[in-house]
Amino acid sequence: MDYHWNWGVLLQPVATGEPHTYLGWLATGFMNTVALTLCAWLLALVVGSLAGIARTLPSRFARAAGTAYVSLFRNVPLIVQFFVWYFVVPELLPATAGDWIKGLPPYTQFFVVSVLALGVYTGSRVCEQLRAGIEALPKGQRNAGLALGLTLGQTYRHVLLPVAYRTIIPPLTSEFLIISKNSAVASTIGLLELSGQARQLVDYTAQPYESFICVTLGYVVLNFLIIRLMGFVRNRTHVPGLLGQ
Amino acid sequence: MDHRLKAGSRTAAIRGGVALFALAAAMATAWAAEAPLTGTLKKVKDDGVLVVGFRDASIPFSYYDVNQHPIGYSIDLANLVIDRIRQDTGRADLNVRWIPITSQNRISLLQNGTIDFECTTTTNNESRAKQVDFTNNFFEIGTRLMVKKGSPIRDFTDLKGQTVVVGAGTTSDKIIRSLNADKQMDMNIISAKDHSESFLTLSTGRAKAMMMDDALLAGERAKTKDPAEWVITGTPQSFEAYGCMVRKGDAQLKALMDETIAKLETSGKMTTIYHKWFMSPIPPKGLNLDFPMSDTMKKLFAHPNDKPAA
Repeated sequence: MDYHWNWGVLLQPVATGEPHTYLGWLATGFMNTVALTLCAWLLALVVGSLAGIARTLPSRFARAAGTAYVSLFRNVPLIVQFFVWYFVVPELLPATAGDWIKGLPPYTQFFVVSVLALGVYTGSRVCEQLRAGIEALPKGQRNAGLALGLTLGQTYRHVLLPVAYRTIIPPLTSEFLIISKNSAVASTIGLLELSGQARQLVDYTAQPYESFICVTLGYVVLNFLIIRLMGFVRNRTHVPGLLGQ
Repeated sequence: MDHRLKAGSRTAAIRGGVALFALAAAMATAWAAEAPLTGTLKKVKDDGVLVVGFRDASIPFSYYDVNQHPIGYSIDLANLVIDRIRQDTGRADLNVRWIPITSQNRISLLQNGTIDFECTTTTNNESRAKQVDFTNNFFEIGTRLMVKKGSPIRDFTDLKGQTVVVGAGTTSDKIIRSLNADKQMDMNIISAKDHSESFLTLSTGRAKAMMMDDALLAGERAKTKDPAEWVITGTPQSFEAYGCMVRKGDAQLKALMDETIAKLETSGKMTTIYHKWFMSPIPPKGLNLDFPMSDTMKKLFAHPNDKPAA
């Protein structure tokens, strides 16, 4: 292979005359990835929890709504969902709303659309995890709660959900890791997160291997931090004897 | 025995000498034509496979027709090059594979051997010439703006504070970012994945102007419902030439392609191909780009060269 390694290119100032180095571009990209991952994950937890609970409620309407949500957002490829949120949704809204959205600064548009697309997609998967966690509990738990005089809401809050969430911490860790890597899809609509910056770097420096090795390291570091964070959460919420560990 | 040569034998000796000389000359020419192939041509001759890169959405240079086959001005040129390669390697059974490439991966794919050459819309410039070799230029463009008809933007100076879209990894991307940094123009620059997505960003109103090579702007415009609604404007920020790319040091293939291109340009065949794609109705909508040949192009065709930029 006739490749000339040049790690020093990362410390060179960028060719456009802006006051950054290429490493600075990568750092900006990393910040964008971290911000996008965290915001989208919060949205996914909220939306996914609501949908997951809805799918286990006695109400037929709630279950149908939850099922529709999961069927739609789990089955459409993520990149298509990004495109639809970014290009199609502003066209479907009334003209004033659409124009206002399109008039926003591009970075705002990219970031908000990415958070929405990524959060709603991952929410559909979190919904299924939570539903599995709740349904794994013996039926007697819900009945015992209701028999004690708790309302359905109180049963969920004090009896079912605490155990269900502790049960699904491992799959949720996986989802958190997956969302950090799916954030790379945001570069297809133009957000310059870590993968997008890597491609910019390749364009400007023509040194693809250095760029992509740095990006890989960035993702490895981010994933490692996520695993440690979830491990910390699991230890803090651990109830001795509850889940048989 | 009488050692003197009889008259009849002398004629025979002269005839024999001439025959020997002719044979030697024929052998020498045959030997010269059999000069060993190097680089890509050797690989093509041995394996019988040629891999060519093409763009899938750069109207009218290299794009898909309705049957998902690559067509276009650059593709016509590439096909003529392929014919010449078939001839020179003596492999009439050449298996030609077409691989779609993008402006971001074209150099990497060429360097790592995935494609053997590409003729699309790649600007011949010095920084790229450090990574690859360029053949003779086959097109000349200026980088300009496209705006909606009636837009107040007439030139690059009007872009202050506006949102502009460019193709990621293109020369226009670098130029507009440099302009923004130098002149403090406070522009919002969107880098779109390819030409069609750049135009989509412009047509949905997200960007107020799109900067690209003028011929490609004309191509994008021709795809819309109402091409007259889009205006190409602005002083060209750079004049650039398209060349085919081959691997660095692939001298034989470059020489073959240089010769093919130069012959086509000086003989007028290239002008015919130009008229076919720029002055007549083209697929997919049968629209005419109506893009007359510029003076710089006429000069290029008269004197083919592989110099970066005009």
